[in-house]
Amino acid sequence: MRPRTAPQRGFSLDYLMWLFTRISALTMYLFAFTGIVAALVMGARQQMDLVALLRWGYMPNPFHIQSTDVIDTALYDNGFWKVLGTLFIFFAGTHGLNGLRVVLEDYLNPTWGRVLLRGLVFLIWLFMLIVGIYVLTASFTA
Amino acid sequence: MGLKRNVGLMEGLRYQGKGPMLAWILHRISGLGILLFVALHILASFLSQQFGSDLGIFINTIYENWIFQIFIFFCALFHTINGLRIVLLDLWPKLLEYQREAIWLEWFIFLPIFGMAVFILVRSGLAG
Repeated sequence: MRPRTAPQRGFSLDYLMWLFTRISALTMYLFAFTGIVAALVMGARQQMDLVALLRWGYMPNPFHIQSTDVIDTALYDNGFWKVLGTLFIFFAGTHGLNGLRVVLEDYLNPTWGRVLLRGLVFLIWLFMLIVGIYVLTASFTA
Repeated sequence: MGLKRNVGLMEGLRYQGKGPMLAWILHRISGLGILLFVALHILASFLSQQFGSDLGIFINTIYENWIFQIFIFFCALFHTINGLRIVLLDLWPKLLEYQREAIWLEWFIFLPIFGMAVFILVRSGLAG
């Protein structure tokens, strides 16, 4: 066998994204629990069903409580949830499209067109982030 | 086989990775499933919110179908629970000693929640 070159030591894109994937997973757990616990404190026990609560937990968008019996919608439609939702989209989108890059590079020849592939995934990431954050912030009336 | 770089499809299918490999492949599939759903959902919301477009409503009917809902709930729940196992074992490597038990524990948490959700979805789906 021809000796292979050792992987680069220290910081590399793959190491940084490996770490980011784990940290963003914990961050998204924190965000989802924040949404669910806050909704329960704000009266979701009487006013929401389980599906609506989970929907709200996965993405705090005021549209997600439209079909529920929530009385004071202003509690769900304010700047705090706007910031939390924007951060959520950033972490989830980066986590997800980096995952797509990892899967693609696993199944495609690593040398052929790697730069092209990474560029394409980067463009999709940028596009989805911009559209997602735009749709979310436009859903808030506050 | 371990040193050979190119593993064919049939060779890959014969590989008996058992529990950990099942968790790994399901993590991949569920991750791609979530990516598909979130992308469709963002595009549909954008189209119907900004242009009141019929295409947005059409995409909505695809993922509001109860069969797609079972698939997407599987993806979201499995990816969430399995992801927590990966994070805990990777960031605290001492726990790797118990990785088989961790996978068993994961299924014990996943199956009742998913089974309950499937029961509710199928019941309301068949009721129309």
